[in-house]
Amino acid sequence: MIFLEFEKPLEELYDQLARIQEIGSKGDVDVSATVDSLEKKIKQTRRDIYSSLNGWQRVQVSRHPERPYTQYYIENMCRKFVELHGDRAYGDDKAIIGGLGTLDGQTVMLIGHQKGINTKMRQYRNFGMANPEGYRKALRLMKTAERFDIPVVCLIDTPGAYPGIEAEERGQAEAIARNLFEMAQLKVPIICIVIGEGASGGALGIGIGDRVLMLENTWYSVISPESCSSILWRSWEHKEKAAEALQLTANHMLEFGIVDGIIKEPGGAAHLQPEEMAKQLKRRIKKELAEIKEMDVDTMIDARIEKFAAIGEFQEA
Amino acid sequence: MGWFKRLREGIQTSTRNKMEAPDGLWYKCKSCKETTRTKEMKEQFWVCPHCDYHVRIGSGAYFEIFFDAEPTYLFEELQSKDFLKFTDLKGYDERLEAAQKKTNLTDAISVAHGKVNKRDLVICAMDFSFIGGSMGSVMGERISRAIDYCIEQNVPLMVISKSGGARMMESAFSLMQMAKTSAKLTRLAKAKIPYFSFLTDPTTGGVTASFAMLGDMNFSEPGALIGFAGPRVIKETIKRDLPEGFQTSEFLLDHGFLDFIVHRRDLKERMSDILFMFDKASQAEEAA
Ligand SMILES: [Zn+2]
Repeated sequence: MIFLEFEKPLEELYDQLARIQEIGSKGDVDVSATVDSLEKKIKQTRRDIYSSLNGWQRVQVSRHPERPYTQYYIENMCRKFVELHGDRAYGDDKAIIGGLGTLDGQTVMLIGHQKGINTKMRQYRNFGMANPEGYRKALRLMKTAERFDIPVVCLIDTPGAYPGIEAEERGQAEAIARNLFEMAQLKVPIICIVIGEGASGGALGIGIGDRVLMLENTWYSVISPESCSSILWRSWEHKEKAAEALQLTANHMLEFGIVDGIIKEPGGAAHLQPEEMAKQLKRRIKKELAEIKEMDVDTMIDARIEKFAAIGEFQEA
Repeated sequence: MGWFKRLREGIQTSTRNKMEAPDGLWYKCKSCKETTRTKEMKEQFWVCPHCDYHVRIGSGAYFEIFFDAEPTYLFEELQSKDFLKFTDLKGYDERLEAAQKKTNLTDAISVAHGKVNKRDLVICAMDFSFIGGSMGSVMGERISRAIDYCIEQNVPLMVISKSGGARMMESAFSLMQMAKTSAKLTRLAKAKIPYFSFLTDPTTGGVTASFAMLGDMNFSEPGALIGFAGPRVIKETIKRDLPEGFQTSEFLLDHGFLDFIVHRRDLKERMSDILFMFDKASQAEEAA
């Protein structure tokens, strides 16, 4: 098990539990009562810790190495899935995956950032940082979905769009901008869900939808706390302060009217009960899709544009 | 070139931020280090006569270059506020106040409706001197209202970008201005109103990755820095030096992201020609 720094009390309890279980396994003493009480204590401690996470702690949970990624959700939500590759212009980005899948018989186009599950795969997936061809692949799949009246589901989980020489040469900015423009007027329902990290334009590039939702322990921001710290505080040390100042948690985003809802993470965090998490995610997607489908297409697109047009805080002097 | 003469004679007067360059008798070029009389620099629209370096200028200067006469300013009543109580080394409210005092502007973008050789145009122009031309809620709202205004009045829109990107002190709200402006641009496109994106030195981050790349035409001046990620961030990521000319307007033209590069002294005539080509009434008149 991997413990985050604020999970220290949990780690200690698990250590105790392991020691007791070892004693028990020798068979001299009956430890079942102690084990029971320790397990209860673990549950309670976990609930206590996870019920009051601050901004920076949520950022850490969103990056937990055992956290489920897009591919996990697709595998667990869809009985059938066909992955579709390539942007038909340059290549196939491994940091964004997509394809047709079925949610209890209903076909949807699933698109999402994909991080690697081990050191080798993390490299292969470029840490979930897409290049322009990733955004263009996403748009190509959305256009296919539009042609066949198939709803689009986007799963967002990225530390940002990749900042590299080739990315600039191939027009990272244009690729993201084009997606914002085209997603705003796509003629099929779009549901976007932040399942991990929602950093900046790299997240927004597949983030325009009729519903934008966040899992409980995710964040959405114009910049990562680390980069914000380095620019505004001129040092990497102030990431906790930056995370607080940015007010980037799901609760903040809901309160600000930037997202439409939060999906609870069972047991406190998605990585603790990933199967249950996938079930709840699927249930929510189906519910939202059913609601959006009630609208006619023009009303749906108008509402989508108005939703984003309404975001902004200013005064009229 | 009547408009050139008018500029030279200083008939157009405006209290707005015209030049993002120091006053004084002599101007030392950042690029070739040659000195030129400030008066001459003004006459040359702040382009170095020795090396053609285009000095960064502000919204007021561009309005002066493009418009026949003093334009009508729009949406000045919209003001930024520190609604998140965002404090880093300084409070956002302090930063706003200082920027307003320094620049005499209400925010990093100004919107004006005027005429370019007698043809209507709405221009949204940014000022880098106002918190790095950063995009916050006011920028998004001003562009959004300018789009509505252009649809109502059937007037083409130009956005002159000059920005380091998002205004971090407005957190996710600043990010969402990318979505807001891009979504609203779909309506302008649907109304068949031309949208010109003029990217000036520097244009990076969220501004580039939204409305600045979405013009029916994208163009720039020579030598402007244009990119998604800033050069420093890229250098830190890839841990090697960046190639010569990387992220300049010439680089973007070469890679297919700009329609053309235009010298500052030719801006007005170029725009005037383009406006004519989109204006069916003028064409009919000329054909008759
Ligand atoms: Zn020079």
